[in-house]
Amino acid sequence: MAEERKSVALEKLVGRFGGDIVSTHSEFGDDTALVRREKIVEVCTFLRDDPDLVFDFAMDLTCVDYLGEEPRFEVVYHLYSLAKKRRVRIKARVPEEDPVIDTVIPVWVGMDWYEREAYDMYGIVFRNHPNLKRILMYDQFVGHPLRKDYPKARRQPTIGPEE
Amino acid sequence: MTEGVAYRKEAEALDMQAEPMILNIGPSHPATHATLRFIAELGGETILKLTPEFGYLHRCFEKESESHTWTQVVTYTDRLNYVSPLMNNVGYAMAVEKLCGIDVTERCQYIRVIISEFSRIIDHMVCIGTNMVDLGALTNFWYFWKPREEVYMHLIEPLTGTRLTTGYTRIGGMAWDLPDGWEEKARGVIKNVILPAIADVNALLTKNRIFIERTMGVGPITPKEAIARGFTGPCLRAAGVPLDLRKDEGYLVYDRFDFDVPIGEQGDTCDRYMVRMEEMRQSVRIIEQALERLPGGPVNIDDPRFGLPSKQEVYTNIEALMNHFKHIMDGVQVPVGEVYSATEAANGELGYYIVSKGGGGPYKIKVRPPCFPLFQGMPHLCEGGMIADLVAVLGSVNIIAGELDR
Repeated sequence: MAEERKSVALEKLVGRFGGDIVSTHSEFGDDTALVRREKIVEVCTFLRDDPDLVFDFAMDLTCVDYLGEEPRFEVVYHLYSLAKKRRVRIKARVPEEDPVIDTVIPVWVGMDWYEREAYDMYGIVFRNHPNLKRILMYDQFVGHPLRKDYPKARRQPTIGPEE
Repeated sequence: MTEGVAYRKEAEALDMQAEPMILNIGPSHPATHATLRFIAELGGETILKLTPEFGYLHRCFEKESESHTWTQVVTYTDRLNYVSPLMNNVGYAMAVEKLCGIDVTERCQYIRVIISEFSRIIDHMVCIGTNMVDLGALTNFWYFWKPREEVYMHLIEPLTGTRLTTGYTRIGGMAWDLPDGWEEKARGVIKNVILPAIADVNALLTKNRIFIERTMGVGPITPKEAIARGFTGPCLRAAGVPLDLRKDEGYLVYDRFDFDVPIGEQGDTCDRYMVRMEEMRQSVRIIEQALERLPGGPVNIDDPRFGLPSKQEVYTNIEALMNHFKHIMDGVQVPVGEVYSATEAANGELGYYIVSKGGGGPYKIKVRPPCFPLFQGMPHLCEGGMIADLVAVLGSVNIIAGELDR
């Protein structure tokens, strides 16, 4: 039923990348495309530069831990087009044993800290990120707290000032 | 870095120490107004490199919300932007309602608009007031603090029972309706307190040569850079980009009101001040129109799946009692799916990305705090400028550590 009102962005994406777009949906009015993680930079560059799409704002980047599913992690990008007043959500699955995806900083420079946060909270490694360090937690913190298998009640020693 | 090279050359020519000085600012510093930290590399008084650091106020909002019910999370959202908590409540409720496919009642939408705009006004007042304190203009702080307290005392406290931890929205409506006479008080506060305060500060600052020379050209940003860095809200509009979700997406009932979106030109501290001042006047316009047209009727949708039954029902009727019990213990049942819902908060786009696997609580909530990209942009705004300007710029972008760290 959702097929009839397929959005321009999703249509263009499927037309351009074909099999690299794993699936699309527009549930709840949010256009969503799941793409292969190898293509993330290409897809993002296309979405930003295509004159019919112009997704010039990268509003948000986060990760969801689907513990028990394979691949385990899903990196989620929320984009907005100022000119077209449209939104799109791009997702890419990342497996637990190799949680690596390319950085999109060359496409939107503002994604820097969002990627650091996803690394901090979920342990996703953004390849070619210039400064992939923890951002909310301190450097000595062990583990990635927003992973579903990180117990909420776990305590770690608080640290003093660095020597 | 060009400034660094220039500084080094100049220092060598004068036979001075050429190593830049490292200055730590924060995490507890009067000018940060929150637990923020900067590590500044200084050449003389020029900032060569600025490294912002935060996380001191991290309270695990996202982790905690994964083990609470949908309605319990409302109270956590108060603690995000604690200067305008009602807006966070509204944004969160709208996101969950989008997932549930709920259309809230007309009266509820109007009330949400009114409380959001009051929140925007007091948020801007805090921002401008504290910004001016840092620049030595203390009077404006008092002029803006008084109306803020009046809004708390006469409007928000009678409405929610508290000042900051409001927790006023529910999935499918509000906790309760406006108290008697609230509309009249709202009109009174606007007329007697808010508008005179805006006029006073306007008279003191807007054409004040000292203020303009202190802020013009300080911390500028181009539209292109602001977009690439994900700036939203007054900081983006000050750079000349007319993005305002109230106009562009027309959520709630904003498309029914007549208001303007002010924009600046340079994206500097002065423009950010001007945009905020005009936005407060526009918010007043919206509130006046909304109060004028405020419809009657219920504030909550009539659906036993989402609303709590009335106390009278609960005490006399077994179905209502069970319904009440299920709502409190298990939480509102939300369908499986994912949504992203954005509202125009005082600082910019406040987005909630929510994943539900069904059941009474969220599987994942991610907040897109408007401050996050703004704080990230601080080095871009400040590098190459004077160290004293850091204080001016930081105040004008209005970083709220509560939503920055979550």
